[in-house]
Amino acid sequence: MSAWLDAILVLLVLSSLWLLGSSRLQACIQAVAFQGILLGLIPLFAEWPAITLRLAVAAIASTVIKAVVLPAFLRRAVREANVRNEVDPMVGFTTSLLLGIGLWGLAMYIAGPLTLPNVSPLLVPVAIFTVMCGLLLIVSRNTAIMQVIGYLALENGIYAFGWAFAVEEPLLVEMGVLLDVFVAVFVMGIAIHHLSREFDSIETDELASLKD
Amino acid sequence: MLWLLVALPALAGLLAFAMPWNRPRRALLTGTAVAHACLVAIIFVRPPAPVLYGWIALDAASSLFLAITSFIFLIAAFYAVGYLAREGRRTREQPDDELPFANYPEATFTGCCLLFLAAMTLVVVSQHWGLMWVAVEATTLASAPLIYFHRSPKSLEATWKYLVICSVGIALALLGNFFLAVAARACPSEHLHLGIAEMESHARELDPLWLKGAFLLLLVGYGTKMGLAPLHTWLPDAHSEAPSIISALLSGVLLNCAFLAILRGHSLLVKAGLGNFSRDLLVLFGLLSMAVAGLFIIGQLDYKRLLAYSSVEHMGILALGVGIGGIAGFGSMLHAVNHSVAKAMLFMAAGNTLAYFRTKSALEARGTLRILPVTGFLWIVGLLAITGSPPFGAFLSEFTVLKGMIDAGRIFVAIFYLIALSIVFVGMSAVILPIVYGRPITSMAKTAQEPQSDEHKPVETSSVTTASEPWWSLVPPLLLAMAALVLGVYLPQGLTDLLHRAAIAVGAE
Repeated sequence: MSAWLDAILVLLVLSSLWLLGSSRLQACIQAVAFQGILLGLIPLFAEWPAITLRLAVAAIASTVIKAVVLPAFLRRAVREANVRNEVDPMVGFTTSLLLGIGLWGLAMYIAGPLTLPNVSPLLVPVAIFTVMCGLLLIVSRNTAIMQVIGYLALENGIYAFGWAFAVEEPLLVEMGVLLDVFVAVFVMGIAIHHLSREFDSIETDELASLKD
Repeated sequence: MLWLLVALPALAGLLAFAMPWNRPRRALLTGTAVAHACLVAIIFVRPPAPVLYGWIALDAASSLFLAITSFIFLIAAFYAVGYLAREGRRTREQPDDELPFANYPEATFTGCCLLFLAAMTLVVVSQHWGLMWVAVEATTLASAPLIYFHRSPKSLEATWKYLVICSVGIALALLGNFFLAVAARACPSEHLHLGIAEMESHARELDPLWLKGAFLLLLVGYGTKMGLAPLHTWLPDAHSEAPSIISALLSGVLLNCAFLAILRGHSLLVKAGLGNFSRDLLVLFGLLSMAVAGLFIIGQLDYKRLLAYSSVEHMGILALGVGIGGIAGFGSMLHAVNHSVAKAMLFMAAGNTLAYFRTKSALEARGTLRILPVTGFLWIVGLLAITGSPPFGAFLSEFTVLKGMIDAGRIFVAIFYLIALSIVFVGMSAVILPIVYGRPITSMAKTAQEPQSDEHKPVETSSVTTASEPWWSLVPPLLLAMAALVLGVYLPQGLTDLLHRAAIAVGAE
């Protein structure tokens, strides 16, 4: 079954590159939702000793949140704040993609010595790569919504990594997932709500009066 | 008992949200702070049993940081009550550079303050990596509305930065926790969960490579929250835009909590025989923080940002002290206490100054000693206390850290440390002394002058009248000033013992 898992991981990498190269906000939201679905599929194909009810509930809950609730929420934010459907990057799309390929190399290099027994060798580099793509999106995109999307990509990477040993330490995974989602929805949701009220569009460029 | 310590402020916080009347709610704030402090005092006399499978327990380091948290919050609560009363009376008069804004309702302020206290208490008493992570996350959630209390565009910007940067930090810390779990899988003798004591007792059997990776991620993740450079970027904004009393809590208490989380990681690495790795990293981040703070303190005209950068510097000293180890580890623990006391006092003085002058610019808020005599006095005491001048406590602790460096033969680190301290001393004096002794300028001159030029001719007001200073804005910082002084001249044996035990518990000594 590990071939299926590898396929999922490869798709995860591709969707991260999609995020980096996409110029449309809606496409980015779709990419993040797609990642959420992929992550929801991981437990079905991984070689677990047993999937407990508890893990299954956590998996379903997080899939629903990552693939349905958060994208819907982001779309609403785009609509209400009248954001243009463009990503408006500080780093161009081609450069972003090239950087992404560089990051993949870096992730492979970092993951080289970090081996996990009984898990696909792709898992660690893919997780690290997704985390780094998220970080890149956060620092290289101007709009608040793109930063949230970057944050979600980062979280997806961590979540993918967490499934590697969910069976042994389910509690941590559950807490991590649910709380991260809680942050993303409530805090950033509230912030975006206020951002859209205070400014005509949610551009973090305008949030630049505080600096030294 | 330990349950009560966390549950009491949490329940009071929820109650504060529900309560429709302002006055009882303010009483609830101070009442809870007093009750919390009493509980901590009882805990010191009769150490409580661990609860929740030992996930919540008290060791020496917890006790020390718990005492700091409770003490600073107690003092701050009384200041906050006066602050709320004044904000309630205030009409829509603004600081000159702000758009009109409307504060959050008072219920949000009080409720979030109490939840913030509950979350910070949970951070210091948790003995489980996962639980501690959740608690640190909760501090972010509870404090964000506090930073955004004024609901002005600038405070929104500060809150947004705080949320994004700290959320990224907290996500990396979660990855660090996962790495810890992987490291724990290598342990052959027992199936380990993420209990801190449990992992430390099997530290030698953990996978060293994953452990190193975990520490790096924890240091970066929690270091973001602690304000170690180069991850400190949220800190000056949040501290300058939040209400001053919240800045006092952020600087005096929250940063310490994040520091404790890093110390737990350091302790684990020391016990696993990887102490040199974590020490080097802590020294590196410590020196970097001091350097960055020194650079930004020079020429800083916003006095609240100045204090924020000073916090970055002091967090650097804390990390540095632990990284050097030996007696410097003890110095670092002592410095955590001294910094909290002095910084909270300074932010209260800054709050008083801001309330009168309505500006955060050090060029315009001049002559506090003549207009607000007690606040001016507090500024001077605070300046001396925070820059480590004798006879205040920070002198003792900064000197102990220096002695540790020389004992360890780290001469270059010591030279760098002294240079950074001098730069900060000069930089802070240059800003704060005019705030205290400068000639007061009239509002006419205030609008006309160039913000950059220091050479402008201030139009001296013909008759400077002393403004009234309400007691609530003076007594809490004066108490802290007294504490800073006492810590400098007399360390009770009990406190010295506690500091030593705390330093040993976190592998710093």
